[in-house]
Amino acid sequence: MSQAEKLTNSDWIEVGKIEEIPVLGARVVRTSDGDIAVFRTAGDEIFALRDACPHKGGPLSQGIVHGDRVACPLHDWKINLKSGNAVAPDEGCAARFPIKLDGDLILLSLTPEEGCPDD
Amino acid sequence: FAVLNIRPYNVEVIMKEKLVLIGNGMAGVRSLEEILKLAPELYDITVFGAEPYGNYNRILLSPVLAGEKTIDEIMLNDEQWYADNNITLHKGKWVEDIDRAKRIVRGSDGIEEHYDRLIIATGSNPFIIPVPGHDTEGVIGFRDIKDVDQMLQASKQKAGKAIVIGGGLLGLEAANGLMKQGMDVTVVHLLDALMERQLDKPASALLKVSLEQRGMRFLMEAQTEAIVGKDKVEAVRFKDGSEVAADLVVMAVGIKPNIELAQKIGLHCERGIVVSDTMQTFDPRIYSVGECVQHRGITYGLVAPLFEQAKVCANHLAHLGIAFYEGSVTSTKLKVTGIDLFSAGDFNGDETTEELVLQDPGQGIYKKVVLKDNKIQGAVMYGDTIDGTWYFELMRDNTDVSDIRDKLLFGQAHLGDSGHGDDNRVAAMANTAEICGCNGVCKGDIVDAISKKSLFTLEDVRVHTKASSSCGSCTGLVEALLAHTLGGDYSQSPGKKPLCGCTEFTHDEVRTSIRENQLKSVPAVQKFLEWKAPDGCGKCRPALNYYLLCQWPGEYNDDNQSRFINERAHANIQKDATFSVIPRMWGGGTTPDELRAIADAAEKFDVKTVHVTGGQRIAMYGLKKEELPEVWSDLSNAGLVSGHAYGKALRTVKTCVGKEWCRFGTQDSTQLGIDLEKMTWGSWTPHKYKMAASGCPRNCAEATIKDFGVVCVDSGYELHVGGNGGVKVRATDFLCHVETSEQVMEYAAAFMQLYREEAHYLERTAPWLERVGLSYVKDKIVEDDKGRQALADRFHYAQKFSQTDPWKERVDGVDKHEFTPIKQIAQSRGLS
Repeated sequence: MSQAEKLTNSDWIEVGKIEEIPVLGARVVRTSDGDIAVFRTAGDEIFALRDACPHKGGPLSQGIVHGDRVACPLHDWKINLKSGNAVAPDEGCAARFPIKLDGDLILLSLTPEEGCPDD
Repeated sequence: FAVLNIRPYNVEVIMKEKLVLIGNGMAGVRSLEEILKLAPELYDITVFGAEPYGNYNRILLSPVLAGEKTIDEIMLNDEQWYADNNITLHKGKWVEDIDRAKRIVRGSDGIEEHYDRLIIATGSNPFIIPVPGHDTEGVIGFRDIKDVDQMLQASKQKAGKAIVIGGGLLGLEAANGLMKQGMDVTVVHLLDALMERQLDKPASALLKVSLEQRGMRFLMEAQTEAIVGKDKVEAVRFKDGSEVAADLVVMAVGIKPNIELAQKIGLHCERGIVVSDTMQTFDPRIYSVGECVQHRGITYGLVAPLFEQAKVCANHLAHLGIAFYEGSVTSTKLKVTGIDLFSAGDFNGDETTEELVLQDPGQGIYKKVVLKDNKIQGAVMYGDTIDGTWYFELMRDNTDVSDIRDKLLFGQAHLGDSGHGDDNRVAAMANTAEICGCNGVCKGDIVDAISKKSLFTLEDVRVHTKASSSCGSCTGLVEALLAHTLGGDYSQSPGKKPLCGCTEFTHDEVRTSIRENQLKSVPAVQKFLEWKAPDGCGKCRPALNYYLLCQWPGEYNDDNQSRFINERAHANIQKDATFSVIPRMWGGGTTPDELRAIADAAEKFDVKTVHVTGGQRIAMYGLKKEELPEVWSDLSNAGLVSGHAYGKALRTVKTCVGKEWCRFGTQDSTQLGIDLEKMTWGSWTPHKYKMAASGCPRNCAEATIKDFGVVCVDSGYELHVGGNGGVKVRATDFLCHVETSEQVMEYAAAFMQLYREEAHYLERTAPWLERVGLSYVKDKIVEDDKGRQALADRFHYAQKFSQTDPWKERVDGVDKHEFTPIKQIAQSRGLS
């Protein structure tokens, strides 16, 4: 069972509306445990990752979003938005956070998914 | 209703088309790899291979024979790979027949496979001269692992004698390998020069001397009449009646496309199987790639063209349908360790061509470049092949070399470009020697990656090791390592270079299309040119955004999301995700008020580092992104504007104090610098753009390493272009002398506009100038008065839309979302 399926209503936090994130862009949710990057793809899918590249901690929210990937602004590692995994041959993963849309409202959970999935 | 939940049958699996590949060699399997990359789920794939192995790197058989590599080291795809990709491999099986009507392939043991699409990649066979005795035991070709095994067996015999018939590339590699295995080797060649297809006579003579010094013997202009021997080969007899004893005869006189099967089933063949530019045979369901193919009348035997064919074939089989194979120009290197030779293109020339030749017999160096209308047609080099790739690039880009003719043969190093490689140097390097200083990659890492991960191209090495992927100055060394590790003919042929992996179109083709088809947005370009990835990648989007901006000033809406973060946030991102702020100081000048404003801001925002830059201005480091609009607001109030220190844009105009103060100054270079900066600021360019103006030839403003530099002299102004500091220092080329400062301004605007309109994105003026040639730029800027004015006019028109201070705009609320979090959550929950 994924993290998202275990969550109860009270775990979801409203962070804003989807229009507030540029298409093919990202915004940051600032928490006391660090920033979370919330991405919006061309097809209006949304994803949330820890805002730190597995390589050298670059802020993924500042990268260029293309397809289901983001290119880290520091050294151009590509990170898969769905899995958080670096695109091969690079290795590593950024923690994923459960996220969903309720109409145009973005709901986020601050409890990261466990581990890194296979792509 | 439970019924509603039943998913339809696994439609995908049933609907999958059947693809059959005949020929388990490099070209065929590369096609499969390319198809799997593009459309992994499209086909059920079956492979027939006559050899009892997976796919191996045939070009590395020579090093195996020479004992420098093992068979395991040259396997490209082991059987696990076929299993992992759900490919059925019939290894060790010939194909007997194909029923084109029923679309069935019939294998040697009666096995039948149906196909929807078929690839024939049967490669080539060694050409065996049909002299009497050619089928005697001990007479072999040099083509596959079996041949190599047989040669290795023969070499175990004490004082064995080998004769290699054929003094071409393959023959000499075979001879070298056999010699290394301890055999006494004689090479027999029909003509009077070795490798006559790859070398001209002087280079060929040098090669012969060098091989003779290693102990190889030659019989030149010798025609084989018969192979002598009852059960086993004993000698070779020649036309003049002489005989030479031999325990092994290797026939390496050439290869011929293996078209037997294709002919049998009635496919149109000439020397090879005839294919179109889409690698399709005359039967539209059947494609063909590799050495068995004849494309536009030419058959190929080197790996680079085969890989290009594979790419095109895959593109069509994956239903993309946009790639075309237009033929290849190839280059050759001999895989004999310690011998450097290189040839490419038409190196023999004719009455319409010119030859540049450099000969240094003492050092065993010979270089020849063949020119036609000042463009390189071909090159042949012996002893010093460092610049082979460079000549190859110049040939590919069709560069006019009239400006560098006098230096051409001395190599790229003599053009102030220190970044290229050296085969012998890399061979001698220790495995721990650092090749890529940016990413800390050593020789050993690169060599390991090349052999273990089967890398063939510079791009592959970049992706896997990061070597040469940052500043690029070690590109030549990495290429030399590739050549050294793979043996020469890895090199990519000089076809066109696509803008990025999302398209087959080049930078120039994309720009032309934008202009001619009135494409006015990034998605419009991607759609019109059928981009492979719908929204492109981090490489093409910024390029497209720039090309559109440059083509449609005032009309095009800048696409923020296609800009790199620095240009999106108008500040430079630093390693800790903070930003730097660098306001403009016109011509390097400032005032007490401006300095006070900077000092106040530095204190107010607790700036960690205040630093004077190389471009005569002051940088503040360590600012958080949210603080930027506030910092800019304070600076803006003191009249300071963005310095664009973060952009592919006009950066600085460096000046000295000129005649206002300096006792040597000849003109008011400071004011000229300020005027130049006022005219050009805000302009976006393909890469960063720097200028300088010096008040006298002492050149304190270092104008001769700038993109555009002015050196004032008593009689006026000297204009210099195409310089840069940095990784590869390049001094400028002298453009012309002008008399008035108004002229300086016009030439500056025109040159910048020409660069904006014609350079590739991320190409600085220096490589652009080397690519198009100084004469071209002179023709446009100096010789053509009307053209220059038109360029300058277009520049000024574009500037009307670009001279708004981006900092002030953002202080006033533009792109507010860029600088604020979408949400701040004080207390986090649920974390254990």
